[in-house]
Amino acid sequence: MAKRSKKTVKNSSSLTNSSLYTQKVMEHFMNPHNMGEIEDADSVGEAGNAVCGDVMYLYLKIEKNRIKDIKFKTLGCAAAIATSSMVTDMAKGKTLDEALKITNKQVAEKLGGLPAIKMHCSVLAQQALKNAIENYLKRNLKK
Amino acid sequence: MRRIYADYAATTPVRKEAIRAMSPYFDKHFGNPSSLHADGRIAADAIKNSRKIIADIINASPEEIIFTSGGTESDNLAIRGIASSNQKNGNHIITSAVEHHAVLNTVKDLEKEGFDVTIIPVNKYGEVDPKEIERAITKKTILISVMHANNEIGTIQPIGEIGKTAKKHSVPFHVDAVQTFCHLPIDVKRMNIDLLSVSSHKIGGPKGVGALYVRKGLEIKPLFTGGPHEFNKRAGTENVAGIVGFAKAAEIANKEMEREKRRLEKLRDRIIDSILSSVPGSRLNGHPKNRLANNVNFGFVGVEGEALLLMLDSMGISASTGSACSSHNLSPSHVLLALDPDPVKAHGSLRITLGYKTTEKEVDYIIKAIQISVKKIREITPKIEGVTTY
Ligand SMILES: Cc1ncc(COP(=O)(O)O)c(C=O)c1O
Ligand code: FES
Repeated sequence: MAKRSKKTVKNSSSLTNSSLYTQKVMEHFMNPHNMGEIEDADSVGEAGNAVCGDVMYLYLKIEKNRIKDIKFKTLGCAAAIATSSMVTDMAKGKTLDEALKITNKQVAEKLGGLPAIKMHCSVLAQQALKNAIENYLKRNLKK
Repeated sequence: MRRIYADYAATTPVRKEAIRAMSPYFDKHFGNPSSLHADGRIAADAIKNSRKIIADIINASPEEIIFTSGGTESDNLAIRGIASSNQKNGNHIITSAVEHHAVLNTVKDLEKEGFDVTIIPVNKYGEVDPKEIERAITKKTILISVMHANNEIGTIQPIGEIGKTAKKHSVPFHVDAVQTFCHLPIDVKRMNIDLLSVSSHKIGGPKGVGALYVRKGLEIKPLFTGGPHEFNKRAGTENVAGIVGFAKAAEIANKEMEREKRRLEKLRDRIIDSILSSVPGSRLNGHPKNRLANNVNFGFVGVEGEALLLMLDSMGISASTGSACSSHNLSPSHVLLALDPDPVKAHGSLRITLGYKTTEKEVDYIIKAIQISVKKIREITPKIEGVTTY
């Protein structure tokens, strides 16, 4: 009984009382981190979701194989925006190899989980990051 | 934070008067309307009075009103009921592309069972052309089902004209009036309507109760077997309190209908005019004038609807969206797609529906909140030529 009432309190304190998303998702959605563009980016990544028509752009500033700065722009649902924000937090300061190892599951976990139907949104964020790094590596290999 | 409810097309708060009217039928007058004793007779009388109230509002006779569990059941009973009892006359059903799922999924189910279904497309405002209905009629047509007004975009259909066509060809005509009952005048005789679905929770009544009008003499097979309730058309002990609350809500809503319609139209147009003139890249979905007095449906370029909905939610506003991201199958609403097949346009849809408790002050707050939210979301949106630019 005590357990149950605790749960109710937790739910009602979340930003929207919405049971769809965790408080963490809502925080990142309402105040996304690293949002914007990098004018002189070293690489830009793009990912799109053909199913619902959402897109994400990810901008990287790279120094000595390490992500110095990272920004994003996303057209999509709250989960897409929150995972975009979270993936930039996670990748910032990491080496390219480390950043490539970030999985969409890790991003979702950091957000306290996503509803099953929204897992594909986290793929968007992870793929935009991967795309940006791969674009960079391709260009630098050619050099 | 005080919340502003702007989702009256989804459901409405139950009117105080309805709650008060229902209350005795839970405990004091708890009898089963089928019982012969005094307790039963009191309950039966309550249903009788309620039936008369609903019948009078649409110019029907009480024996033509079947109480159901709501709009969905009424739609199912009408369509399946006609389909099952008319198999000897034909197997063709005509409906429109913008019907509620309660109708659309029912006819699609019948299609699997071997019925022929013609789905009439709509114009860019969501209107059905009665001539197209007439052209679709064949010797085998056993039912035309068209909604009175659409729940998403508010577009009102030419029911009177379609009724005339149906009568001319002697085809039974079903109207889903869930969004218009007690919001627009309905006269089943003058409009040549044979079956009409209504629901209680859209007019300030409780959820889980509704009615189907079935024109006298029209045969429909019941959905389930059981006792002789509701003139042998709907077995099961009646939801007495629900029916009483439904009738009370209908009585009040019907009395206030004209005045409320004029009041809401002003509020609706205030939102539409303010947003269209102040937010670039905004668009009105549905017809500019021929729409429900309480319905506003916008599209915003470069804005995803679920994000917009949650942003408004965080500002205390309850609204709705037809965006793909908010749906379970990740496809945009079939209604928006019927108006314009470009899924990008359905992306930023926002539905605001007003009701009897909505005030001018609330409307002004809603306008401001939309302006702020759209701006905030667009700051996150990447610029993509032809997709997010306007
Ligand atoms: C047009 C229309 N038809 C049918 C329904 C279903 O009504 P109910 O919720 O009472 O089953 C609704 C409400 O969602 C509706 O808007
Ligand atoms: S981005 Fe479309 S559902 Fe999340």
